[in-house]
Amino acid sequence: MADPMRIRAQATGDKTTVRVLMSHEMETGLRKDASGKAIPAWYIQEVTAQLNGKTVMTAQWGPSVAKNPFLQFSIKGAKAGDKIAMTWVDNRGEKRSDEATVS
Amino acid sequence: MRKLCTLIAMAVAALATAAVAQQKSASDAIAEYRAMLADGNPAELFEAKGEDLWKQKRGPKKASLEQCNLGKGAGVVKGAFVELPRWFADTGRVQDLESRLLTCMETLQGFDSKAIIQTPFGKGEQANIEGLVAWISAQSRGLRFNLSQTHVAETTAFELGKRAFFYRAGPYDFSCASCHGQEGKRIRLQDLPDLTKNPGDGVGFAAWPAYRVSSGELWGMQRRLNDCFRQQRFPYPGYTSDVTIALGVYMGVNARGAESIAPALKR
Repeated sequence: MADPMRIRAQATGDKTTVRVLMSHEMETGLRKDASGKAIPAWYIQEVTAQLNGKTVMTAQWGPSVAKNPFLQFSIKGAKAGDKIAMTWVDNRGEKRSDEATVS
Repeated sequence: MRKLCTLIAMAVAALATAAVAQQKSASDAIAEYRAMLADGNPAELFEAKGEDLWKQKRGPKKASLEQCNLGKGAGVVKGAFVELPRWFADTGRVQDLESRLLTCMETLQGFDSKAIIQTPFGKGEQANIEGLVAWISAQSRGLRFNLSQTHVAETTAFELGKRAFFYRAGPYDFSCASCHGQEGKRIRLQDLPDLTKNPGDGVGFAAWPAYRVSSGELWGMQRRLNDCFRQQRFPYPGYTSDVTIALGVYMGVNARGAESIAPALKR
């Protein structure tokens, strides 16, 4: 299974800043290995953010996003103690979900 | 997409900054780029993996590394990194973090350390060691280097490291000191620390292990040294060999008092 994400969510007043670090190879499919064979594409395609179980953002990603991607976004109206859940799905159908609490 | 959220893609931000940076000096722009990346240093992912690996029962003996003695007693991790390399009575050697981990993986977990030494960087157990060094060094973040020079083997290692540092050879007639022996030098846009003295907090020896953005890998000191030898067109003396550890002692003793920021973030 994929390695865990690191999620930090910090509330300042009405605005909550969420910072997510994902562990993924993000292969573009354009690189070649030592023997000259193309390395197959392998990247995150869909990212979903949920606040207390309700989807607040979905993003579609492609192969141009860097390895071990970092994502930052802000949410209005979240309070300390609320749950932020992040999920990604890659082009192999693998997925990973992690949760963090707003502080 | 809902209007509640603003999505900031790192790549877009980096491009915008690059455009603004035209008026500034190159090193200002690089410092800015580093500060931006430091907020989401992927080394954290390796730290999380390393902590898990430390506690997990693994290897032929199905044991964890929690009883590993990194120099401050069995299982003590905090503060151990800033005192390495040091002399260990049980092995009778001066060891750096990576060679000490090999000892623990062999004695506690039953791994074959010779096989790990032969494994290429980033593969198999070498990839696990990257996680471990990230987590162990992170447990000493903010502490200051304080290497011991009390045992004769430690002073010998320092002298050996010093000689290796100034030893000029190879097709380019290069030594470590060619790049790292004076202040204010750089290769392209990379500032080169003067490692013959304390280069300051979080610079040089105090900045490794680190995440290399360009390759997306976490490098320990052994891999960093490997790269220096490669750039000098020297044959690599071998993973955890005495000369690499001696160079670690030389740089570590010189860096006494410098604050460790490892695992850091590099270009």
